[in-house]
Amino acid sequence: MRYDLTHIVSWVAHNSRVLDLGCGDGMFLSALEKERGVRGLGIELDPENLIAAARLNIDVIQQDIDQGLDNFPDKSFDTVVMAQALQVLHRPHRVLNDMVRIGREAIVTFPNFGHWRCRVYLGVMGRMPVSRVLPYSWYDTPNIHFCTLKDFEALCDELNIEIIARDFIAAESQGILARWLPNLFGVTAVYRIRSRTT
Amino acid sequence: MIESGSVGIVTPFTESFAEPLALVCGRVLSGYELVVETYGELNAAGTNAILICHALSGNHHAAGFHSTEDQKPGWWDLLIGPGKPIDTDRFFVVSLNNLGGCDGSTGPRSINPETGMPWGPDFPAVQVADWVESQRRLGERLGINRWAAVIGGSLGGMQALQWAVKHPEEVANCVMLACAPKLTAQNIAFNEIARHAILTDPEWHEGHYALEQKVPTRGLALARMVGHLTYMSADGMSDKFGRELREGSFTPNNEEEVVFQVESYLRYQGSQFSTRFDANTYVLMTRALDYFDIAADYNGDLTQAMSAIQARCLVVSYSSDWRFAPARSREISDALLKAGKKVTYAEIATEGGHDAFLLDDAHYLNLMDAWMRQVEV
Repeated sequence: MRYDLTHIVSWVAHNSRVLDLGCGDGMFLSALEKERGVRGLGIELDPENLIAAARLNIDVIQQDIDQGLDNFPDKSFDTVVMAQALQVLHRPHRVLNDMVRIGREAIVTFPNFGHWRCRVYLGVMGRMPVSRVLPYSWYDTPNIHFCTLKDFEALCDELNIEIIARDFIAAESQGILARWLPNLFGVTAVYRIRSRTT
Repeated sequence: MIESGSVGIVTPFTESFAEPLALVCGRVLSGYELVVETYGELNAAGTNAILICHALSGNHHAAGFHSTEDQKPGWWDLLIGPGKPIDTDRFFVVSLNNLGGCDGSTGPRSINPETGMPWGPDFPAVQVADWVESQRRLGERLGINRWAAVIGGSLGGMQALQWAVKHPEEVANCVMLACAPKLTAQNIAFNEIARHAILTDPEWHEGHYALEQKVPTRGLALARMVGHLTYMSADGMSDKFGRELREGSFTPNNEEEVVFQVESYLRYQGSQFSTRFDANTYVLMTRALDYFDIAADYNGDLTQAMSAIQARCLVVSYSSDWRFAPARSREISDALLKAGKKVTYAEIATEGGHDAFLLDDAHYLNLMDAWMRQVEV
């Protein structure tokens, strides 16, 4: 399982209802069903992924997250998960609002654009970063909305979203550094959030 | 990926039911017959049965061939057979001609026992709920108390939905393809045009054309042409016909009549249909479509209607289907979500229009296959 996903698992309650935005081939929900006994539902746009998820007996709604999630009632899930999709959305702030509306809690993971490698690319080389995690060139990339940890936390504050917990995945040698300076050494951010208004 | 297995030669059979059937319209059918085909074997526990519900012009012959001379297999041979999505190596598949049909089951062409004459237009206006009750009795007769799945497209999907709502404990899985919880005004209007074509045919004779030994072929053909047109998409028609000519040409100084391929195709469809189908059945089937409204018994609340469902549900729409548009399928899927039910929803990208649920498409067939593999027997 991908590293950010193993982090999420520990934050998902046993036997809860989980909605996975951009669930891909359904492997993660399938693992959650086995390990945590959750009742999962995925949202996914790609037809091949839909078929793969169906083979795993994972229910999926084929829908574009960017078009809104009005068809999902308030607090209809215990946890709404979105892994590594925030940066491809047209209106990430709206989706975050939807996540904390539909779920009692939400878990979101995204690549940290404040990581030192990105800063070196931009600050020293003067180029947009390209890496193993973010392998695309600026002109041909699904990633249209990058943010740093600080940016994300500022947005949460603006949207009246409470950060319950956060975690950072760093390169193996930099785990301790990431704990002290996450915005510099965290490659991937994992946030557990909920609405402050309810 | 989909194997081209066929169920081979199949033989329809007739089941007679003597117990009267009280219909939604208030009338009672004293007895009736249903023509049925089955594919595969019912297991000892009777838990692997699948009911196929046909649409407007369908019948019991869903898969295989009636004889080695048959040119075409049953109407859903693409999906039903060994190794296919509705896998006859795993499932016992039941397909019938609905009440009011014209392919052998009791309907307008049958003899009314009270008069000794064909029912014609006096055959009761059976509705989706009546079909489900008659299918239920057929299930009992065949030793099936619970369907592993009830599956249908269009009007057939409405029957599947009716089954899951009204007999939740008897439907383990429900597949609704190119379906709607009820028809829109535009959709009813298309049906009315089709009926009007039939009812204004000089050979209609108030529906008693059989007594006059006539057939309202022109009305039926026109009804089919209008219907068929609405089952296709504009892009699909452009791809299939474009502006190709069947006869004549546009060369100058040429008075030869020009016939576009699409004209020829529609005429052929119309004339084929008018020799095979019964006009009273067409009127009856379109009315059944118009009258269907699954939420009617629940103050129009679709979510409330879905609340009793126990079935795992699959809802599939087709991007170019404007007769039963994806938005109508999403109404079903959203109501199921709101009611907290198990549902998978897919919109197949296709130019096939409403008929796409009958057509070959890799995403559609692979999704059906993947989903059906998870149906427990």
